[in-house]
Amino acid sequence: MITFMNNSDSEEESCNERTSLMSAESPPVPSYQDGLQASEAGEAQAHRKRRTGGSCNPTNMADGEAPGRGVPVRASTSESEEEELTLKYGAKHVIMLFVPVTLCMVVVVATIKSVRFYTEKNGQLIYTPFSEDTPSVGQRLLNSVLNTIIMISVIVVMTVFLVLLYKYRCYKFIHGWLILSSLMLLFLFTYIYLGEVLKTYNVAMDYPTLFLVIWNFGAVGMICIHWKGPLQLQQAYLIMISALMALVFIKYLPEWSAWVILGAISIYDLMAVLCPKGPLRMLVETAQERNEPIFPALIYSSAMIWTVGMAKPDTAPRGPSQQTWDAAEDGRENHRSPSHAASQMSETSPAPTHPITSLEELEEEERGVKLGLGDFIFYSVLVGKAAATASGDWNTTLACFVAILIGLCLTLLLLAVFKKALPALPISITFGLVFYFSTDNLVRPFMDTLASHQLYI
Amino acid sequence: MGAAVFFGLAGIAFGPALALVLLTVAAEPLRVIVLVAGAFFWLVSLLLASLVWFISVHLSDREDAKLQYGLLIFGAAVSVLLQEAFRFAYFKLLKKADEGLALISEDGRSPISLRQMAYVSGLSFGIISGVFSVINILVDSIGPGVVGIHGDSPYYFITSAFLTMALVLLHTFWGVIFFDACEKRRYWCLGLVVATHLLTSGLTFLNPWYEASLVPIFLITLCMGLWAFVTAGGSFHNILKCLSCKQEDDSRVMMYSALQVPLED
Repeated sequence: MITFMNNSDSEEESCNERTSLMSAESPPVPSYQDGLQASEAGEAQAHRKRRTGGSCNPTNMADGEAPGRGVPVRASTSESEEEELTLKYGAKHVIMLFVPVTLCMVVVVATIKSVRFYTEKNGQLIYTPFSEDTPSVGQRLLNSVLNTIIMISVIVVMTVFLVLLYKYRCYKFIHGWLILSSLMLLFLFTYIYLGEVLKTYNVAMDYPTLFLVIWNFGAVGMICIHWKGPLQLQQAYLIMISALMALVFIKYLPEWSAWVILGAISIYDLMAVLCPKGPLRMLVETAQERNEPIFPALIYSSAMIWTVGMAKPDTAPRGPSQQTWDAAEDGRENHRSPSHAASQMSETSPAPTHPITSLEELEEEERGVKLGLGDFIFYSVLVGKAAATASGDWNTTLACFVAILIGLCLTLLLLAVFKKALPALPISITFGLVFYFSTDNLVRPFMDTLASHQLYI
Repeated sequence: MGAAVFFGLAGIAFGPALALVLLTVAAEPLRVIVLVAGAFFWLVSLLLASLVWFISVHLSDREDAKLQYGLLIFGAAVSVLLQEAFRFAYFKLLKKADEGLALISEDGRSPISLRQMAYVSGLSFGIISGVFSVINILVDSIGPGVVGIHGDSPYYFITSAFLTMALVLLHTFWGVIFFDACEKRRYWCLGLVVATHLLTSGLTFLNPWYEASLVPIFLITLCMGLWAFVTAGGSFHNILKCLSCKQEDDSRVMMYSALQVPLED
């Protein structure tokens, strides 16, 4: 999954995420940072996600990777203060991403450990046609590599398709595609999930109640994600749909294929974001050429606006203000949704419009950090698979969890240093994979042997 | 066994750690990052130690129980030494980070002091070490079963929980002492920390003779606690001041809000 960490083309101009968070249809506010508009737009491009989802037919696999990005704060003051602000806010940004990533992983691990449905083998997706039920190891390895090749090519094709759609301005098509995917995710998958949870705990629910619950959940979700809604509710919905998507991946990807796919996708993410001819990079550049704000499709944003008034005695920053999101209706979006067998993640573009207050009040602004939902999904897939397959051992799950968090931290650090779009998958997934295999094979026997003698190290 | 046992054990093992994290670490982003990074360093050290043990086991005769036990002791010792080595490595990293933070800050001081980082890093090592030691046992305690039915000690769970609590606190204290010793280049302190860690780990080999293992370990914890307290600048005077809740005199200049524009005549 390619995740954008920052706008790659606006190093010269200071980036201001504020306007990039504005919805596409609202006119650019004549802000005091006029010169930053362009960089803003460019920065907004960084949110472009590669979209690999196809139409919403059940066999479509879309790989949704939302570019993750962190936006360093640019203060209008001196460079050193700016650097300090970057770091100070950098630490805050890291925590603002730790929390949702942790929540998503907790939901996935809790579900995997309690609901049997997601660990049962019930067929495979059409994108991984080769079965892994072969007797020989070599054959199994070959099958998983072939599955990976097919999956990655589907993702590449979808991404290129998305780039073409965007290039030829087929915004309505993209927009419709997104809405259909989020519909499927919010209604169908939630229904299945709820059904399985109820089955696990042997709770009966009648159909009218079920209909009411699912309808409300889904409708509010659609509104929050595609239109306006309280920031935290929107964040919660994005976390939930990432978790649902990750669960589906965990269920339908065969064992070895899942690991190889995770590895391959982080390599692809790296290439697609950093190579000059990478799809995501081309998307970003196209959007910048047109000077359009990107419709940040499925991107988790933890934007906060802090206003520090100069003339006020109370200079404590107000907490994060509730932002209303304004979804872009012009359909210009660019997103990469992880596709799941039956859904297409709708990329929603949380584009909050916050009332631009008077110039004097906005002395300093904290930009939120954005991370693509695809990153959430693949992190959760890794941890969920570790929880599902690590022979009942919790050490492996925890080790992968720590590894992913550290990878995220390092990626954000690199973002603060390089200040351009960066893929958020490679480092975390690499650490996660290394820790998974080493903990499962090396640490687990050691710790088990120690525990059986009640030895502590 | 059941939920009651699980919650009781979890409370014993991780109560202090949870309280410390919630009260002192959770509010500050930098400290949380130091916490997670410390856990990562400890995990890497464990990985290397497991690798060493794994190789040694595979190169040796599996059937010989005594040899395997010996290799286990060897593996534990290697693990302890590697943990301390990685603690030193983490100290070096944090020192560099501290200098970097101080460099780019406005007033030349970093937002987090090395002492705070020492404490948080010790806590992180303790938490991750405790979690890795005891989480599987905790999860097993939720399910049905009888402890020690084959002749082992029936107090396995509760002693594990107490040992974990001691370990968490010990790592915290060791962190403080270790960093301070590295700062002031008192290498005998370093050696003492490593020696007590080895001693603690060695004492657990006396399990299930819990009087000989638990009691000394808790005594060591107490001593380390006092030593860390003194190292961090604490004293009897400080405790009294803290308990009497005396407020420090405000030595700041009068706040500007008290100044008023003179009334227009």
